[in-house]
Amino acid sequence: MPNTSLAGYANLAVYSAMAVLTLATLAYAVFLARWVPARGETVASVAPESELVPAYAGTSTAYTGGSGDAGADQPAVAAAAEVTAPAEPLGARKAAGIGLSLTWLATLLLAVGVGLRGWSVQRWPLGNMHEFATFGSLAVLAVFAFWARRRDLRWLGIFVVAPVLLVLGLAITVWYTEAAELVPSLKSVWLVIHVTVATISVALFGIGFALACLSLVRDRLATSGRPAWMTRVPGGAALEKLAYSLHIIAFPLWTFTLIAGAIWARQAWGSYWNWDPKEVWTFVIWAVYAAYLHARATTGVSRRTATWIAIAGFLCIVINYAVVNVWFVGQHSYSGIS
Amino acid sequence: MTQVSTPSAAPVPPAPPAAAPPSQPRLGLLGWLRFSWRQLTSMRTALVLLLLLALGAVPGSTFPQRSLDATRTARWIEDHPTAGPWLDRLGFFEVYASPWFSAIYLLLFISLIGCVIPRTRILLHQLRATPPRTPKRLERLPAHVAVEVDGEAEEVLEGARKALRAKRYRVHSHGPGTLSAEKGYAKEAGNLLFHLALIGVIVGVASGYLFGWRGDVILPVGQTFANTLIRYDTFSPGPWVDPSALAPYTLRLDEMEATFESRIQSKGQFGAARDFVASTTFTPADGSPSRAEEITVNGPLETGGGTVFLLGNGYAPKITVRDGSGTVVYSEATPFLTVDNLYKSTGAIKVQGPKGDLGFSGFFLPTGIIDDQGPRSVFPDALDPALALTVFEGRIFTSSAPQSVYSLDTTGLTQLTSAGGDPLRIWLKLGQTYELPGGRGSITFDSLDRYAGFSIRADPGKTLTLVSSLLSLAGLVASLVIRRRRVFVRVTDTGPRRLVTVGGLGQGDDDGITDELADVVARLAPEPAS
Repeated sequence: MPNTSLAGYANLAVYSAMAVLTLATLAYAVFLARWVPARGETVASVAPESELVPAYAGTSTAYTGGSGDAGADQPAVAAAAEVTAPAEPLGARKAAGIGLSLTWLATLLLAVGVGLRGWSVQRWPLGNMHEFATFGSLAVLAVFAFWARRRDLRWLGIFVVAPVLLVLGLAITVWYTEAAELVPSLKSVWLVIHVTVATISVALFGIGFALACLSLVRDRLATSGRPAWMTRVPGGAALEKLAYSLHIIAFPLWTFTLIAGAIWARQAWGSYWNWDPKEVWTFVIWAVYAAYLHARATTGVSRRTATWIAIAGFLCIVINYAVVNVWFVGQHSYSGIS
Repeated sequence: MTQVSTPSAAPVPPAPPAAAPPSQPRLGLLGWLRFSWRQLTSMRTALVLLLLLALGAVPGSTFPQRSLDATRTARWIEDHPTAGPWLDRLGFFEVYASPWFSAIYLLLFISLIGCVIPRTRILLHQLRATPPRTPKRLERLPAHVAVEVDGEAEEVLEGARKALRAKRYRVHSHGPGTLSAEKGYAKEAGNLLFHLALIGVIVGVASGYLFGWRGDVILPVGQTFANTLIRYDTFSPGPWVDPSALAPYTLRLDEMEATFESRIQSKGQFGAARDFVASTTFTPADGSPSRAEEITVNGPLETGGGTVFLLGNGYAPKITVRDGSGTVVYSEATPFLTVDNLYKSTGAIKVQGPKGDLGFSGFFLPTGIIDDQGPRSVFPDALDPALALTVFEGRIFTSSAPQSVYSLDTTGLTQLTSAGGDPLRIWLKLGQTYELPGGRGSITFDSLDRYAGFSIRADPGKTLTLVSSLLSLAGLVASLVIRRRRVFVRVTDTGPRRLVTVGGLGQGDDDGITDELADVVARLAPEPAS
């Protein structure tokens, strides 16, 4: 019997996370607003390593051994950047700091929410659409928060936090499902393996999608040349590389999801592949992202075209989740919504 | 000679006869074949086919598929008299067996084979060959570092060789003072493995289709199933299966336990299934002693000749029919097929008699009520079981054509009516008896049993499919994680010291190559030279 009071606390944690995320969204918005370069100011975008290093390597033929650490020349590079761009406004820096701290707080609150939900139902909390969405949001926030510790991703904050807030809003209303035991076919260790990996994969694809969209916009803006905060974020090519780096982690995870799902399907339904709508869409998503990786490796296909394929891939994920789960008749009809 | 710069008055010179177009070689049949093969095996074509495959799979999820749900498909076609037949002709209700879908994936696989074979040959060649010669000007490579060190040229080169070897490079010296090194062949190998293993997946799926079989059986509690063709309700063997060679094991259903959600009242949860357990006695075909086996939804039973899955369950009310003289003419646990989540079930009782047959057709309802929606069940567990039946008489088996056990073909039968002329409707609760009008006898709902719906399946291709897909995943990870890199070293004299120039070339975006070179250099000159 699910413990309803624990489930209540779980929802409370989700609501709190949503409140914190609202504030984080505002903080990131303030950050971007303050970050806009002044009129006539020469802009140097945030220099991700990927953009910096080749330039640095090209100019350092007289590089003399030393520690061998690529960061050895970093101060010089930073100094060079400061020449073109004055130190960013204090207000922007503060807002971004607040945004990041709030993101961490929301991540922890959501983790508590997911944990309490699991405790209340005495099972892995991935059994219906409410739980997938909450767990997926947690995964997105966690990936972003940890990644932001390793590189400057403040400009990405609002594009992660705001969609997560939207998804949580849906999770707690439209997709809400009471804490309950699972139907017999879901009672399997494969629920933990298959659904968890799928959710993490979707989280990575989601951040990759945000980066892919930004890279296209950034590319367009490079030709228009208007001063905007956009001109401060890494260049279109660098953004595209960041998006790619997420996709190549997410794609093998999705492949694993497909295989694990097939193993489970054989265990629970007697056949490892049934062309059930959810299976079809999982396969469609796999094929579209495979096409993305393929396009990116094909000479003569532009990165822009490849990025569009990746965006199509994420739209398929959205369809797979929001449409197939609820509207299509199949064996995966576990949404809990009726 | 014609000066066209003054277009005004100059008379137009006659066009040179047959402004000979650049002569192109005639392709010929072989040429065309080669051209088509090149086109088919190009990466671009593969990309288009991959996207087409994704697109082509979608209709299979939006339209009902005959192989999954024939009834729903037929109903869809009936409901759409214009579009239905056309879509049917175009294969939209059998997408994954349709010619166009098959064409896409077959072309994709041919393209894949045509791409992978030459690449395998190249990789094998590269594995045997030495890394290429050191380019003349290393500073033209995308990444390069130069460092001055002390020591003899040979010593320095040896140091570089060691440094590269330590980083798992294959090192070769094409000439004095130079080194060529390469690593990351596993990237291409992984990529090839990924593609080749996909062929394994296809072969596994195909062999599962050819050699696999599945059969369904409905087994009421207390009955025993013997694994022979005749005992199956439906049996679909692959084209290369010998259905007479089934392993002769038996399976007795001792108890069928089903639990449903009754505590949570919310919509979507109330009445949801919670646990299905079929307790059975299994007697293996090899003559070993019988043993008790529990079959659950995620716990199938491996019999050695097919796997038994618990895919369904339902109710088999025990019904007794007596004729006018009170003689029992029918007394059986009669399975009713479950049609909805609340276990509204349909079934038929066919009683053959010397004077004429009696046929009962209708619903079994585990918790039955009758309201304005007609007879329906409000909970899946048997809290208040009821039968809602109509009665027909006449000849049921008029031809030798097979009939479903669960439905009554009413052609040639006349429906019994009540005194008012309405069709006669029987509402029977557990233990009740209904006297049929006109001394035709009676029908009694004696007791209630559950049945288990077992699906017994064999798929000899599944191991190949699984192993291939795991290999494919491993290959994919290798191809995405491993980096293919070439590093070249040249040592030249610069006064008393040696100048070591190291150049690197990565495949695709390789942002890490600069770090790699810095690391090689650091191993060469451990102490800061500055």
